[in-house]
Amino acid sequence: MLNYILKRILMLIPVLIGVSIIVFLIMRVFSPDPAPIVLGQHATQLATEAWRQANGLNDPVYLQYFNFITGALTGDLGTSYYTKMPVSKEIFARFPATIELALVAIVLASFFGILIGVISAVKKNSIFDNIGMLIALIGVSMPIFWLGILLIILFSGTLHWLPSNGRIDPMLQPVAVTGFYMIDSLIAGDMDAFTDTLQHLVLPATALAMYSMAIITRMTRSSMLDTLQQDYIRTARAKGISEGRVIRKHALRNGLIPIVTVIGLLLGSLLGGAVLTETVFSWPGIGAYTVTCILKSDFPVVQGVVLLIATIFVMVNLIVDVIYAFLDPRIKYSKVKG
Amino acid sequence: MLMEVKALSTEFKLKRGTVRAVDDISFTIDEGEILAIVGESGSGKSVTALSIMGLLQNPGRIAGGEILFKSQDLNKLSQKELQKIRGNRISMIFQEPMTSLNPVWRIKDQIMESIMTHMKVSQKEALARTIEMLDTVGIPSPAERANDYPHQMSGGMRQRVMTAMALSCGPDLLIADEPTTALDVTIQAQILELLYRMREKFGMAVLLITHDLGVVSEAADRVIVMYCGKIVEEADVKSLFARPLHPYTVGLLQSIPQIDDESDEPLYMIKGMVPNPLRMPRGCPFSDRCDRCLERCSQEMPKLQDVDGHKVRCFLYDVVSEGGHAQNE
Repeated sequence: MLNYILKRILMLIPVLIGVSIIVFLIMRVFSPDPAPIVLGQHATQLATEAWRQANGLNDPVYLQYFNFITGALTGDLGTSYYTKMPVSKEIFARFPATIELALVAIVLASFFGILIGVISAVKKNSIFDNIGMLIALIGVSMPIFWLGILLIILFSGTLHWLPSNGRIDPMLQPVAVTGFYMIDSLIAGDMDAFTDTLQHLVLPATALAMYSMAIITRMTRSSMLDTLQQDYIRTARAKGISEGRVIRKHALRNGLIPIVTVIGLLLGSLLGGAVLTETVFSWPGIGAYTVTCILKSDFPVVQGVVLLIATIFVMVNLIVDVIYAFLDPRIKYSKVKG
Repeated sequence: MLMEVKALSTEFKLKRGTVRAVDDISFTIDEGEILAIVGESGSGKSVTALSIMGLLQNPGRIAGGEILFKSQDLNKLSQKELQKIRGNRISMIFQEPMTSLNPVWRIKDQIMESIMTHMKVSQKEALARTIEMLDTVGIPSPAERANDYPHQMSGGMRQRVMTAMALSCGPDLLIADEPTTALDVTIQAQILELLYRMREKFGMAVLLITHDLGVVSEAADRVIVMYCGKIVEEADVKSLFARPLHPYTVGLLQSIPQIDDESDEPLYMIKGMVPNPLRMPRGCPFSDRCDRCLERCSQEMPKLQDVDGHKVRCFLYDVVSEGGHAQNE
């Protein structure tokens, strides 16, 4: 198992080289020249040239890439053209917001998705099943930003129950230790900040979770329906154990194995930042920020963020595969010849 | 008498109509007896077993009749009450040993679950009993193999594990639904031998469901032949093989290849196909395949009657028929 994990981590290297080359080239081919955007349209030819020279944009592309990748290896992702801050700092300032939102969303989505999916499968064709599948259908079809706006209008605008934007009331902001406000507020022992963080999370997490939940619900339902038809479920019933135990102990564990993959993939994409959700809820996360940087041709930031997201995506998949081996004894990675 | 099935009918309500998979069958099983039910696929033999176990899945349901187990009608019990009997007093092994065990559970946990559901024993005692049962059914080094997962075992081994699980609570009746069908011939013999040995050791009755007359001749005490959900013949095993009465039974026996048969004639085959269960013929369901079909066969259903110690459902043996002429040969 350990060998397998090491091998997979080593395989990360070619993935990252490939991703970095692609994003590097795309930015340089398709993005407008950053110099006039940074310096303004009235900048002189001389100033523009000097700025390009200073930022290494006059070097041949392969040299630019070489400089970027050697820097990245030592942890230096460059500095933003606009804020002049190190890219790593820029990322650290925003990424925890994205992770916090993504994790809360995926927990919500998994909990309700699996719950509804299992009940729908067990009570197939019942009223509950039909309602559950209708919700799932709405969930996959409804655009997240629109759902977000509806949620804001109802819960924030009309009912005034929940805040509609930002991560926390600025007056309550805890000292940044991890960047996760839920954790930071607990470290500071500030329960007001903690509740406020949770309140700010409810609407964006719900909007973001809806799509994933719908996917998980449908996958769980079909996987459970398949599992409940298996011979070993009949064997379990023939043992004389209760139907509840048959479902919880025998069907669920088998039925959830494929769901783990789905949840992993969904989490991976959520961690890449939810651009629309972040925009609608003014969530200071990495997604909306990256889009702005792409539009402004802030090369170092875009490259850094994409590298990071690719790494996380691969790691999440690795974790899913490891969980797989624990759930399904038939999978033994150590025997896989690489 | 351990079990008496009276006029049991089981139906499947489908969109295109209702299929009566088991149609008004009655039989008894004595304690310690091996009763075989023989028939083709679709003859209703497995549905009979599932009806007894209360394991019919939608859209199947028992349409009528009684299943008296120790004078208690299983059909009248709630699922909760049935659960106390299932796996405990009546247990079952299935046709597909490869898929009948839960792939993500260790062997020992699957057997222990059965024991701990029905017996008031500690985890430790349950494990000890599990290993003892695995040893009894002939699993080598049972203490170690108990930790295996199903995929680490062969089909024959898995059927042994299924048997150990089914026998772990010392049932009075073991229902074996085609226990050897999915196994290769040498392993088939081993599993049959195992069932036989277990019957000797534990004294339980066995309801053996099979399409394989070879299996029947080796293992059973008494045989029921089913066709299209009906019992067409019932007899003890020796007399059935020596003197089959119903043309269907005769056909089944004739279509077994004989190793000492030196003639060049092709193997006998029952002509035609099993009728569509949604469009059953009005009379005897076998009438349109029968070599000795009479005029009335396609008009009315013969009754199951006693003929020379057999029970047979055929007009050929209708000694006192309504027309007054004897057709017995």
